[in-house]
Amino acid sequence: MVNTKVTLCGVEIDNPIIPASGTFGFGYEFAELYDINVLGSLSFKGTTLEPRFGNPTPRIAECPEGMLNAVGLQNPGVDKVKECELPKLREVFHKPVMANVSGFSEYEYVTTVEKLDSEPDIAWFEVNISCPNVHGGGMSFGTSCQSAEAITRAVRRVTKKPLIIKLSPNVTDIVSIAKACEAGGADGISLINTLLGMRIDLKKRRPILANTTGGYSGPAVLPVAVRMVYQVYDAVKIPLVGMGGVSRAEDVIEFMLAGATAVEVGAANLVDPFASKKIIDELPLVMEKYGIKNLSEIIGGAH
Amino acid sequence: MKDSVFKVLTNKKIAKNTYEMTLRGDVSDISAPGQFVNVKLDGFYLRRPISVCNVEGDVLTLIYKAVGRGTELMAEMTGGEELLTLTGLGNGYDTKKSGDKPLLVGGGAGVPPMYLLCRELVKEGKHPTVILGFGSSDEVFYEDEFKALGAEVIVTTVDGSYGIKGFVTDAFSGLSPTYFYTCGPEPMLKAVYDKSECSGSFSFEERMGCGFGACMGCSCKTKYGNKRICRDGPVLEKEEIIW
Repeated sequence: MVNTKVTLCGVEIDNPIIPASGTFGFGYEFAELYDINVLGSLSFKGTTLEPRFGNPTPRIAECPEGMLNAVGLQNPGVDKVKECELPKLREVFHKPVMANVSGFSEYEYVTTVEKLDSEPDIAWFEVNISCPNVHGGGMSFGTSCQSAEAITRAVRRVTKKPLIIKLSPNVTDIVSIAKACEAGGADGISLINTLLGMRIDLKKRRPILANTTGGYSGPAVLPVAVRMVYQVYDAVKIPLVGMGGVSRAEDVIEFMLAGATAVEVGAANLVDPFASKKIIDELPLVMEKYGIKNLSEIIGGAH
Repeated sequence: MKDSVFKVLTNKKIAKNTYEMTLRGDVSDISAPGQFVNVKLDGFYLRRPISVCNVEGDVLTLIYKAVGRGTELMAEMTGGEELLTLTGLGNGYDTKKSGDKPLLVGGGAGVPPMYLLCRELVKEGKHPTVILGFGSSDEVFYEDEFKALGAEVIVTTVDGSYGIKGFVTDAFSGLSPTYFYTCGPEPMLKAVYDKSECSGSFSFEERMGCGFGACMGCSCKTKYGNKRICRDGPVLEKEEIIW
C-alpha cells in the first residue's frame, strides 16, 4: 500500500489533489457525478467582496492543448457565498476547503478574508493576486514585489489560517515575487495562474474574446508551470501548491518532484468532469510504477 | 449527465456545409428536446457542443454545420469512429407549455433541435406549425422530415430562392400560435421576440468551456439573475430574457 497523504501548511490531506479555483464551482455540481470526498481538498470559485458578473461573452477560446478564458471573476459576492454556496458545499464535501479570494483593492481582499475567516470548513486562504482578466485588480497586485507583499501583509493581519498567495506567471521574475509574499507573512505559494494570451477569429478579423485577451491554461502550460515551481522551491521555505495543465497522475508526480506539496487540477476538469477523480484513482498505481511509497517524500525530489 | 463513447454509424451531407450524423451509444441521460451533447474530437482541447436532433432507440442524430476546424473534421468522418460524448446537457424545451397549436421557429443551425421537439409535441397530440428559415435554397434541409411527423411546414429563404422570401418572421402573418419555441442566430431570436405575441422559449448559443456549468464561460444576464447558457439554458423563457 502506498501513502498519498501530504501536509499542506500544517493541515493533513488524504492526497495532494485539489481542483483549482474557477474550474469546479463550489463543488456541488461535481458531487452529482461522483463522491467529491475522494479529493484532497478543493479551491472554490474566486470570491470577491461584491457580486460580479464578469466580462462580456465570448469568454472562451480553443487553443492548442488548452484554452483561453476571460471569465473575469464571476461570483455572487462573499455574503452570498457564505449564505448560499458554502452550505451547499458543506452538504456534499466533508473535508478542509481552500477559500480562493480576489479583490480590486487591499480593503476588498482584507474584508473578504475577514468575512470568510469564521467559516469552520475553510482550512486555507488562497489569495489570488494573479487574475489576468480583470482591470485595476487581480494580476496588477501580483506583478510587483511591493504590492504582492503589501496585500500579503494586510491579509495576514486578519486571519490566523494558513495564507497561500496565488501567483501570476506573467512577470519577469516570479522568484522575487514569491520571496516578497514570504516576507509579507505568507504560509504558502500557489502557482501558476493562467498565462496571458489571445486568439483572433480569421473570418471576423477580430479577437475571439470580447475581453480581447484571456488566460491560457491546459497541458500546453505545464512545462512553464513546472519550471516556475522548481525555481520558486529553491528560493522560499514555505510550501508550494503547483498547478498548470495537470491532467494525469504522472503530472502530479512531476509537480511534486519540482517542489509542490499539493497539486491543483484546473482546465482538465472542464474537458473531463471526472478528471480529478481519475487522477486520484490512478495515483497509487503510478506511485508504484515509479517506486514511491510515501508521496510526501518526493516533494522537491528533482533538486 | 453521462460521458460515454458513441460510435459513428453514418455521416452525410444534407445541404450546403450541413451534415447529418447518426451515432450509437448510451442515450439514457437525454431527457428533453433542446438539450445538447458535447463531443470530444482528436486534436482539439475543448469539446464541440451540438444540439440533439433526434433520438431513436440507442441512435442519436446530430445535424451540424462545418464552420470551423472541429466541425470540418467531423464532416470527414465516414462511420466507425468513436467519439467520447457528454450527454444530457442543458435544460431543453418543456413541451407542457405548448398549448394545442405551438409554433416552432428554427433558423439554419437552429433547425435540428426543432425536430425532436416537433416529434414529441406530435406524440402528445398537439398540432405544431414549423417555420424553417435558411439563407438560400441550397441550405434547406429536413422540410420533408418535419412534414412526415405531421407538422405544418413553412420554409423561408432570405434570397427568396425557395419558399417564402425573407426572414422567419415574414411567415408569421395569419398564424395565431398558443406558444412558440425557437432556436437560431441571435438576431433571429430577437426578431422573433419582437414580433411574437404569445409566450415562448428561446434557445441560445454561446462559446462554451465545459458545457456543464463549471467554468462560467457562457454566462448571461436574465431578469431572474445570472444564468449559464450551458446549464440553466440553453432554453430561456421569453419573460426572463434581457437583450
